[in-house]
Amino acid sequence: MKAALGRLTLWRVLFALIMFGGLCGLYVRGMYGLGGSTNLTDRFPWGLWKGFNVLTGIGLGAGGFTIAATVHIFNLKRYKPILRIALLTAFLGYSLMAVALMIDIGQPQRIWHPIVMWNEHSVLFEVAWCVMLYLTVLSLEFAPAVCERFRWRAVLKFVRMISAPVVIFGVVLSTLHQSSLGTLFLIVPEKLYGLWYTPLLPVLFFVSAVCAGLAMVIFASWQSHNALGKQVPAALLEGVARVLTVMLLFYLAIRFVDLFRRDAERLLVVNRMETWLFGLETALLAVPMLLLLRPRNRANPAALYLCSLMVLFGFVANRLNVSITGLEASQATHYIPRWPEVMITLSLISIGFAVFRMAALHLPLFVETVHAEEPEAELVAV
Amino acid sequence: MGLAILYDSTMCIGCRECEKACAARWKLPYNDKIAAEEQISAHKLTAIQTHGERYSRRLCMHCADPTCASVCPVGAFTKTALGPVVYDQTKCIGCRYCMLACPFQVPTYQWTSRLPIVRKCDMCYERVSHGKPTACAEACPTGATISGDRDQLIQEARRRINEKPGQYYARIYGVEEVGGTSTLFLSAVPFGQLGIPTNLPKTPLPMLTWRVLSRTPDIASIAGVLLGGVYWITHRRELVAAEEGKDKPKGVRK
Repeated sequence: MKAALGRLTLWRVLFALIMFGGLCGLYVRGMYGLGGSTNLTDRFPWGLWKGFNVLTGIGLGAGGFTIAATVHIFNLKRYKPILRIALLTAFLGYSLMAVALMIDIGQPQRIWHPIVMWNEHSVLFEVAWCVMLYLTVLSLEFAPAVCERFRWRAVLKFVRMISAPVVIFGVVLSTLHQSSLGTLFLIVPEKLYGLWYTPLLPVLFFVSAVCAGLAMVIFASWQSHNALGKQVPAALLEGVARVLTVMLLFYLAIRFVDLFRRDAERLLVVNRMETWLFGLETALLAVPMLLLLRPRNRANPAALYLCSLMVLFGFVANRLNVSITGLEASQATHYIPRWPEVMITLSLISIGFAVFRMAALHLPLFVETVHAEEPEAELVAV
Repeated sequence: MGLAILYDSTMCIGCRECEKACAARWKLPYNDKIAAEEQISAHKLTAIQTHGERYSRRLCMHCADPTCASVCPVGAFTKTALGPVVYDQTKCIGCRYCMLACPFQVPTYQWTSRLPIVRKCDMCYERVSHGKPTACAEACPTGATISGDRDQLIQEARRRINEKPGQYYARIYGVEEVGGTSTLFLSAVPFGQLGIPTNLPKTPLPMLTWRVLSRTPDIASIAGVLLGGVYWITHRRELVAAEEGKDKPKGVRK
């Protein structure tokens, strides 16, 4: 008990320190602009806030649409207990991404411009619209948890009524913008290093986002189980892990077939920073894939947690390689984020953890058995 | 394709009068320190670069199919019929995708400003739309930079190459790079030696993303119908199972 309290306090102190650093960073960003708070330059205009917060935030939220599709569209009801965790991680990922975007862009007060000023030739315009719409969809999908908590029955009934088209719309939107984040980089063929630039970027981004989303669901389930004592049936996570393994295999297969088809495999033997980073990114995805092939590891919570963590890091490494390190050589610059960039990023991650914890404590996230008042309960005959 | 600028590196003496005139046109400060900067930036929209004893000039290329105009989520960039690519600072949200995407690294940012905007050469849109030459062309004492009709400038450039083949590298930069640009370069040496990008495709870069993006409506409708179908099948199966479940006990009772 004492140990638990002690650990809790340590985390709280760390949290406070990070938040303080983040606030200082925010102050510097506000007072001295992007030039004073970041190491971005005319030659290197996108850094950690775009590469990590935006690309990764959206990618890690992919668990939301994956599990929503599994439960609602493919009607695999047994995955329902993890649906709300998945939706919550997605909602947090996207919301924090939106906050990060407001900090990153030069004119945050004009963030609404894409709503009225259209450029349908712009990938970023499409992403902006998809993300806006999908945040709405996520709110609707997650609304039942809040409505149940506060017993807003009328709202609950309405949200349930429109649930099917909303979920389908959400999956379509996710498919579009998760792949479009890869399309963003199709415009820089002469700048992005050959190990990452491929016409298949949209496909690779979509498949890896699904992997990251599933890993995030496992990670969040385990996290909530460990920290809050909320139990998620192990068999469910085993099932998620099985799908994750197949998706990882699929991803790595496309990745390497593509490398060889573009004759880019010759780059794998060049001793450069990019080769090592590619190796790191690939290992962080391939090792958990190999580990998870063994049923024993999938059934072991600790191994499962470790594997999901590796996949998450592998995913982050990939996004940072595409958006930052893969661009450095052609730009003849070396970008290292300045402290406000790092502190604000860490703060946003911490806020994510904190809000997740609060929600897990106070909202009915872990519906293990479907409530009797739910009409669906009658349908689940088994 | 409208108006264009022709910069002939072999005639440039590096006097930087173009830089000075450009700064005056944008009401930007210009002094020896700024003159010494050889990169374009938000306070220096054109720059003369020295490469040994040769000069080259950096300015917006005014592409026929501009990458910046294609990537901007709010459509702040426009390729005008007149030729210049212009930027509307009131639309810009500051995402800086134009800076990442531009193959010539032209858009630059006011990094130290609290509400920054992008800056780039606009081929003196105001001046040229009134039939005047660009400020840089007007200021150039040697005729290294001239502005005018693009087709005529290409003719002029060909004439120079043909007249003095020994003095020129026999190509006009900008005729076909990324689908053609409205800023044209002539040089005595291969363009790579002047720091001008030579690894660019002849097709416009926006094609790369548009090829994918234009499929969005198809992907969305196919995915929507497919998912709707799966939804219908899986839930129908469940309904049927429930119905059969209801029927069975009845049958037993009978």
